[in-house]
Amino acid sequence: MSILVNKDSKIVVQGITGSQGMYHAQQCVAYGTQVVAGVTPGKGGTKMDEIPVFNTVDEAVNATGVNVSLIFVPPPFAADAIMEAVDARIALIICITEGIPILDMLKVKAFMKGKNSRLIGPNCPGIITPDEAKIGIMPGFIHKAGSVGVISRSGTLTYEAVFQLTERGIGQSTCIGIGGDPIIGSKFIDLLALFEADPDTEAVVMIGEIGGSAEEEAAQFVSDHMTKPVIGFIAGQSAPPGRRMGHAGAIIEGGKGSAAEKMAAMTKAGIHVVKSPADIGKAVVEALGK
Amino acid sequence: MKIHEYQAKALLKEAGVQVPRGVPIFDLDQVEGAVSELGAGTVVVKAQIHAGGRGKGGGVKVVNGLDEAKKIAGEILGMQLITHQTGPEGKEVKRLLIEEGMDIKKEYYFGIVVDRARECPVIMASTEGGMEIEQVAEETPEKIIKEFIDPALGLRPFQAMKIAYGLGFEGKAVRQATAMFMNLYKFFEGQDCSMVEINPLIETGDGRVLALDAKVDFDDNAFYRHKNVWTELRDLEEEEPLEIEASKYGLSYIKLDGNVGCMVNGAGLAMATLDIIKLSGVEPANFLDVGGSANTESVAQAFRIIFSDPNVKAVLVNIFGGIVRCDRIVNGLIEATKMVDVKVPLVVRLKGANAKEGLKILEESGIDATVTARGGLTDAAVKVVAAFK
Repeated sequence: MSILVNKDSKIVVQGITGSQGMYHAQQCVAYGTQVVAGVTPGKGGTKMDEIPVFNTVDEAVNATGVNVSLIFVPPPFAADAIMEAVDARIALIICITEGIPILDMLKVKAFMKGKNSRLIGPNCPGIITPDEAKIGIMPGFIHKAGSVGVISRSGTLTYEAVFQLTERGIGQSTCIGIGGDPIIGSKFIDLLALFEADPDTEAVVMIGEIGGSAEEEAAQFVSDHMTKPVIGFIAGQSAPPGRRMGHAGAIIEGGKGSAAEKMAAMTKAGIHVVKSPADIGKAVVEALGK
Repeated sequence: MKIHEYQAKALLKEAGVQVPRGVPIFDLDQVEGAVSELGAGTVVVKAQIHAGGRGKGGGVKVVNGLDEAKKIAGEILGMQLITHQTGPEGKEVKRLLIEEGMDIKKEYYFGIVVDRARECPVIMASTEGGMEIEQVAEETPEKIIKEFIDPALGLRPFQAMKIAYGLGFEGKAVRQATAMFMNLYKFFEGQDCSMVEINPLIETGDGRVLALDAKVDFDDNAFYRHKNVWTELRDLEEEEPLEIEASKYGLSYIKLDGNVGCMVNGAGLAMATLDIIKLSGVEPANFLDVGGSANTESVAQAFRIIFSDPNVKAVLVNIFGGIVRCDRIVNGLIEATKMVDVKVPLVVRLKGANAKEGLKILEESGIDATVTARGGLTDAAVKVVAAFK
């Protein structure tokens, strides 16, 4: 089993006629994902490959019954695209777009309050449940179906962790990139809770980075509610303060958000924290006792 | 993106926020004109650099009369100003702000930032003006007033008034402070700021409320909404030349102090690569995320920029192909070798999408590079340390 997405997930790609949207929609289809609709305002009634394109998400939902949206809309229009998906009652919205202004994201989060949609991202690689559904931009072939959940603020570093698992014969239940922005839809705690409840997940890898306090909140959650082993790594141990390390959210501000603080909180909560990014796979093997 | 105090004050003035009268100068010849324009006996000479702590570092001085103003301006302009935010080498002062002296009755702190955990803007205000807010938060947290703002509604007048009364303003100063807070928030939102900090905000002997200092940071992601204004405000002399160069090609590059150059795709993996280099006992020379939309041209430029840092003694290429496929990186490397002579050892690790194709192109290119065995990350670090020593 898995969390959030599986072989029955039906996807609408917002921005499907753009170069990124088109390429990745095709890659998702090639992996076996059910991409059943696309949305581009003004291109309704046309098709991308065999996939019908609609003018609005609402039309796509009514015509095809999609329940997951994958967003590739450029930054000036992305916040609105997320709100459109929320308004159309899409249960799970995955926004890949990097570079959405933070004040726009604050409005999105305010808009989502009290509604039933869940947002993953923005500025993330998406979600994959190996052998069932790839909804995002990650290379599918490095994954293997299994029982370890992966949650990460990074893209390529997630691939690195997954590769280390697969290399050791350890499969993954679901892998989620939650995004590198300061304001994101779902945080570590939201997804740790889902993995804890998923009977087929045995352990969880969480990959954090400098900036904010999401890892400290996650550590508290792990300490209070998790029975499954959690393996953690924090990127940016060598990052200078006050600099944004590539991700908009990766910055040590006013002395807060450093890797050392996060690693200490996680270790205290019983998380298996590794110092070297090369040791993630090995630590999972040890935690599983295999 | 950071801007100078005098630029922030000009923008704030336009937004209806009271600030002292001031004149920015770039040359000592302009001191006399500035002082006579202000017509004040007492003026303040303020160094304009993109860093806090200027006062403590000796970059802000109150002076009397033109002669003293000239003398002090001469000392500050061109000095290497060292503050807790500049690093030990300091920053050269190339611009000054000459401002009228104020009769300060009371100093306050006022700041607006985004609270990441609560997902809304927050105003922090305190009666401890002139102190670092981090220090106040540490030592006397009860002295900080926090007001959380609904991002959809913006700052409501009752909230601004709560802050004004909370800070102890009285009489007609309450209305002035309230209006100022409203205008500051409107500015924060309208100009896509990630931070607006007024420290100190002052009340004068004659009951006026003004922003005596102003620190404004913009959210880089909103550049597309403010292109013309921000381009004009950006002071390239405050930035690292290699970082400016890199940003032209959509590369995220940060210069560091070590000797191992790094070429990585993805911010998280790039940070993790620096971490493993440091764990191996050597220091990274840079952070570089080549980005998701990298093409042969931008990858070649990325290599050129890394090689152009004279401190670089070895380079580690760590690519996990996803959107950016490995063969594209190798083609970029080949292009780069046509532009510059590669004189330092190269260690290459390719994984993920098109790794095999990439390694094959690399081998056929004849470029002298050490390729990691089975692509292990530790092995990559070990090999780059060996190459370096």
